Amino acid sequence: MAAEVQAKLKGGEFLITASDPQDVFTPEDFTEEHQMIAQMAQQFMEREILPQCERIEDQDLDLTVELLRKAAAELDLLAIDVPQKYEGLGLDKPSSTIVAEKLSRVGSFAISYGAHCGIGTLPIVYFGTEEQKQQYLPKLAKGELLAAYALTEATSGSDALAAKSTAVLSEDKKSWVLNGEKLWITNAGFADLFIVFAKVDGKDFSAFIVERKFAGVQVGTEEKKMGIKGSSTCILLLENARVPVENLLGEKGKGHKIALNILNIGRYKLGAGCVGAAKAAIGDCLSYAGERQQFGRPIAEFGAIQEKLAEMAIRTWIAESMAYRTVGLIDARLREVDVDDPGQALKAIEEYAVECSIVKVWCTEMLDFVVDEAVQIFGGNGYSQEYPVERYYRDSRINRIFEGTNEINRLLITGMLLRRAKKGELALMQATEQIFSELTSFPEELDPEEKLAEEKRIVENAKKATLMVAGLASQKYGEALTDEQEVVMAAADMIMEVHGMESGLLRVLKIAQKGSKDLELYEKLIRCYIHDAIDKISLSGKKILGSVCEGDEQRTYQAALRKFCKHSLLNSISMRRNIAGALLKAQEYNL
Amino acid sequence: MKLLTCLKQIPDRDTRYEINAAGTGIKTSDLTFEISECDEYSLEESLKLREEHGGEVAILTLGPQRAEKSIRKGLAMGADRAILVRDDEGKVTTPHAVAKVLAEVLKEEEYDLILTGTQSDDWSYAQTGVLLAELLGLPHATIVMEIRADPAQKKVKALREMESGWFQWVELPMPAVLTIQAGISQIRYASLKGIMQAKKKEIRNVELSDLNVDLSSVPEVEVLKVYFPVVEKKAEILQGSTAEVVEQLVEKLKKEAKVI
Repeated sequence: MAAEVQAKLKGGEFLITASDPQDVFTPEDFTEEHQMIAQMAQQFMEREILPQCERIEDQDLDLTVELLRKAAAELDLLAIDVPQKYEGLGLDKPSSTIVAEKLSRVGSFAISYGAHCGIGTLPIVYFGTEEQKQQYLPKLAKGELLAAYALTEATSGSDALAAKSTAVLSEDKKSWVLNGEKLWITNAGFADLFIVFAKVDGKDFSAFIVERKFAGVQVGTEEKKMGIKGSSTCILLLENARVPVENLLGEKGKGHKIALNILNIGRYKLGAGCVGAAKAAIGDCLSYAGERQQFGRPIAEFGAIQEKLAEMAIRTWIAESMAYRTVGLIDARLREVDVDDPGQALKAIEEYAVECSIVKVWCTEMLDFVVDEAVQIFGGNGYSQEYPVERYYRDSRINRIFEGTNEINRLLITGMLLRRAKKGELALMQATEQIFSELTSFPEELDPEEKLAEEKRIVENAKKATLMVAGLASQKYGEALTDEQEVVMAAADMIMEVHGMESGLLRVLKIAQKGSKDLELYEKLIRCYIHDAIDKISLSGKKILGSVCEGDEQRTYQAALRKFCKHSLLNSISMRRNIAGALLKAQEYNL
Repeated sequence: MKLLTCLKQIPDRDTRYEINAAGTGIKTSDLTFEISECDEYSLEESLKLREEHGGEVAILTLGPQRAEKSIRKGLAMGADRAILVRDDEGKVTTPHAVAKVLAEVLKEEEYDLILTGTQSDDWSYAQTGVLLAELLGLPHATIVMEIRADPAQKKVKALREMESGWFQWVELPMPAVLTIQAGISQIRYASLKGIMQAKKKEIRNVELSDLNVDLSSVPEVEVLKVYFPVVEKKAEILQGSTAEVVEQLVEKLKKEAKVI
């Protein structure tokens, strides 16, 4: 049994506080049960899902339903997040995240599964009344009912709360009468129940549990999508739909709490899903590059290909570090509260909303990079449906759009941090002022004996650069900063890179403490990543400085930014060759 | 029914092996391990028999401490308890020695059927189960594909796979030893519930030194050399008219390849 980590950091606090590697949850901390769950989910993917991938992709929804039921009956996979009290298993968050990672290789099935277990089931887990839970959760856990989530409408996507669907109490006060049209409803083709959002009397945004069999509920035809073609996506039509009065979910007018919190939970899981898909793509590339001969040699022997393979693996590893660090924090916080009290559990998850958004954005963009390079490694074959990377490429693209677009999430990252600071939950302003007062000081010499000393310094400085630039933007625009979306998004980019760098570095330091024969490889990996990331931070920082100050002031801060972003040159080409070499030898992603 | 299944932990079949420095085995330091395939089927058969007749499934393993991981998987699949005879130094190697150790442990156990794999995926001796039956004085059937147990009559029928597509039904009195063939059924998953329950189940560790077995009389086998098959590419192009080429080919198939 691995040691459990403590949730010493509050949400967003990573930006202003240093962490001890021991306080960070990493895949190396998986318990024996976690490892068995990973193995079991992988087996299920390899034995049941992959061999039927073509039929799934042809949208054989009967097959998808059959596989979901099988996952429930033989592996209990649908019960994973349902509390034991309602015939579920109520496992810890790393467990369900591991399953999400392992199933992501076939995006269509992963989405069907994830929509049921996540946005379909969790609203009832966290917001349902005792009666609603007893009525629905055991059946959802066993796969007797399959669920979907209906929030988006034609004119309300990112602006979800602007929904036009309405709910009116019937004259006999026994039912709600729902009218409206919901778009892009995953699982709609077969779902038995929908979590539907509508405005009571056209004003109070609220959630309802709507069964397919209720009068007035209709499902439209399947959308023709770019990717995840095997998943079901339809319109949900509500025409005077009669919903029993007791099926109001949560409080009237508090639907936004459900809508936003449930998306939060989905985000870190989506991040882990991207990690799993990236590992699968890398695995396929490794075997292809080893076999494909050009100029009389396997293309794996060429530096151009090795550099790609190494970078794909580096980013996947960083993404994994970020995702599981966040899951670990949430899980540690959940261990401190009464999980049978949904309010407390939800608050524990909400605490790390900033991190959830970071993981969502960073991991989905990581995967888009990885699958794009995968197609490139496969060359012309990568463009053909004969090879799996073509599907990976299409399946990946939706991730940047759903669960809150990456633009919305970037705005949230900076916005939520500033809001927490304003509410006094995060000592952001104090940390920023401290940096302003230190600007003219000289850095201490690095200890040449200490491993990764420079990288530790870079991470510290990256935080300072980010706080300085964000602080200046906040000073200049005040409340109006939210209107400066380009600035807010650039700040989010800096914050995300800080999280990525630090999560990876702490993981390497933790591995070093435990000892590993591959330590040297991990050190190379993190050095490559950190030295690149600090340049990205510098670019975003310059963009913001150029807009928020000018003249002498600008020159002063630009010099400070340059100082914070300083780093030595690495022989990153040779390091990446080493990383690629290790992967090619193993013929699978095994970092 | 009291069922006892022998599980062996072997190196993961998907691993790329490397020969050790002495050239007498494979490097085990970087390997992952799993349950030998036939043994997994024998566990599946045990679990099915328990579902049909009730009772208990116990796992018996001889191996180092790391074997606990494979045992835990067996418990997650549904076995009730396990015994691990600890041989951390890998002293017990030959099928005869393994069978002697297992037989000693089984003196203290009650069982109606002992199921083992037909053979293990590492050394493929296919002897341990048979030797175990002999040492315990029990009847046995090998390469079993189907089992029909009748606990009330203390009898078991087993379908054996024979050469050339022949099969044979045999009937044995219980207790008996059956060695199970791979690929005969669909092996169940370790469910999430099973995984969470597995950690609560007992794995009784037995030290080899605490057992009253004398292995000195068991002949030892010394491994002299382990090596990968040599990959050779040889092509010979026969020259001449069709009739001449055919004649040469037949000659070669008879004398060199000795296949006709």
